[in-house]
Amino acid sequence: MPVYAKPKDIAVPGELLAEGQYAVEGAVFVIDRKVYAKTIGVVEIEKEKGKRKIKVVPLKKKYIPHAGDRVIGKVVDVGVTNWTVDINSPYTAILQASEVLPRPTDAARIDLSSYLSVGDIIVAKVIAFDFSRDPLLTIKERGLGRVTKGTLVEIDPAKVARVIGKKGSMIKLLRDMLGVEIIVGQNGRIIVMSEDRDKESLALLAIKKIEREAHVSGLTDRIKAFLRARLEGSK
Amino acid sequence: MKGEIKLLREDGTRLDGRRLDEVRPFKIEAGVLKNADGSAYIELGNNKIMVAVYGPREVHPKHLALPDRAMLRCRYSMATFSVEERKSPAPSRREIELSKVIREALEPAIFVEEYPRTAIDVFIQVLEADGGTRTASITAASVALADAGIPMRDLVAAIAIGKIEGKLAVDLNGLEDQYGGGDMPIAMMPRLGLITLLQADGVFSPEEVVQGIEMAEKAIKMLYEEQRNALRKKYLEIKEEVLGSE
Repeated sequence: MPVYAKPKDIAVPGELLAEGQYAVEGAVFVIDRKVYAKTIGVVEIEKEKGKRKIKVVPLKKKYIPHAGDRVIGKVVDVGVTNWTVDINSPYTAILQASEVLPRPTDAARIDLSSYLSVGDIIVAKVIAFDFSRDPLLTIKERGLGRVTKGTLVEIDPAKVARVIGKKGSMIKLLRDMLGVEIIVGQNGRIIVMSEDRDKESLALLAIKKIEREAHVSGLTDRIKAFLRARLEGSK
Repeated sequence: MKGEIKLLREDGTRLDGRRLDEVRPFKIEAGVLKNADGSAYIELGNNKIMVAVYGPREVHPKHLALPDRAMLRCRYSMATFSVEERKSPAPSRREIELSKVIREALEPAIFVEEYPRTAIDVFIQVLEADGGTRTASITAASVALADAGIPMRDLVAAIAIGKIEGKLAVDLNGLEDQYGGGDMPIAMMPRLGLITLLQADGVFSPEEVVQGIEMAEKAIKMLYEEQRNALRKKYLEIKEEVLGSE
């Protein structure tokens, strides 16, 4: 049962990674016990209960909504009973009036644009999505709602996991070293907030660096060194 | 008609100095455009082709969307300056046909069912044409699709087999295509060994078809390696830069 790919290899679609019975995860498909890569991505080989697991982490992807995801959206249209929200995905999301207004109100009677208007940035949560209809959002939870300050950056949704880091370690690093507040949407949009403009733009640079170099190992240490050098340089 | 124009030299090489089984020099680059989700540029001999891929994205108008899969839309178009005589910018019958043929050569490779109700747009712009643009377009388009991060079964690479002075030859150039005795473009998913496009004009015997496919397969394997390198290059360069600076 040979494994042809090495960990950290960059695989292209259709690349044969291994032959035999393996656990697989991520962007791979299996035909006749042959494991192939499905998208361009980084190969990872993990041990799981003594069995090897072949995994391909995509280097690029489009955001596909999942129930429970936190996303950052942009209001693109105000309807009679709902808002249409662009969530940087092939599927535009719907935010129903009932998910915004404090109590059951006759939405037809009030003007929804007094709550949210076109161009507003919101932090929202996906309630449901199953491909047959557009995803539904809510902002009726703590930490959700309209964003009034900060800077918005967009990265590839495939790199969101790296910006967050293992158990939030990367986010924590940025917060601790720069004292900035960061909201990460699963859809690749990130809001950085800080009183200090310089710290804010440094955080943006760091995020862009993470996106660019996510496939090279030793990322956390590199970001740490980068921030330290920049912070000392500005003193 | 045949025999009037010599396409082979005394020593059996072709007018551009190639052997019968030799492909023109080629070069593929991935990620050349910033706005597109994925892009690729190919040079095959004198052919120069740029491909941009957008999507999967929302379909407009909405009623065109397919409920169970992504729709693949292809537009092959030749620049007005791509050929000697100015080509009218309006889509010609030929361009519309090639768009369809290229779409059908690419679609089997894509997991279209993973993105229902969306569209994947492939724009192919031929900057300079010299025979074999459809095959070069397919080769570049599959790189652009992979560069966009679209899930695929395999890359698709293509090459034309032709007949010059009664002999099978790989990768016809414009002249050979015009005066030769046949043209058979073949597109394959090389890893999986599946053919996604096989056209032919001219006369080929059954043996010649079999032999032609074998010749094409060899050329396609070479193109495939270049496709793979083009896709990985961008990421390997960053890796080298980062590790080199430490």
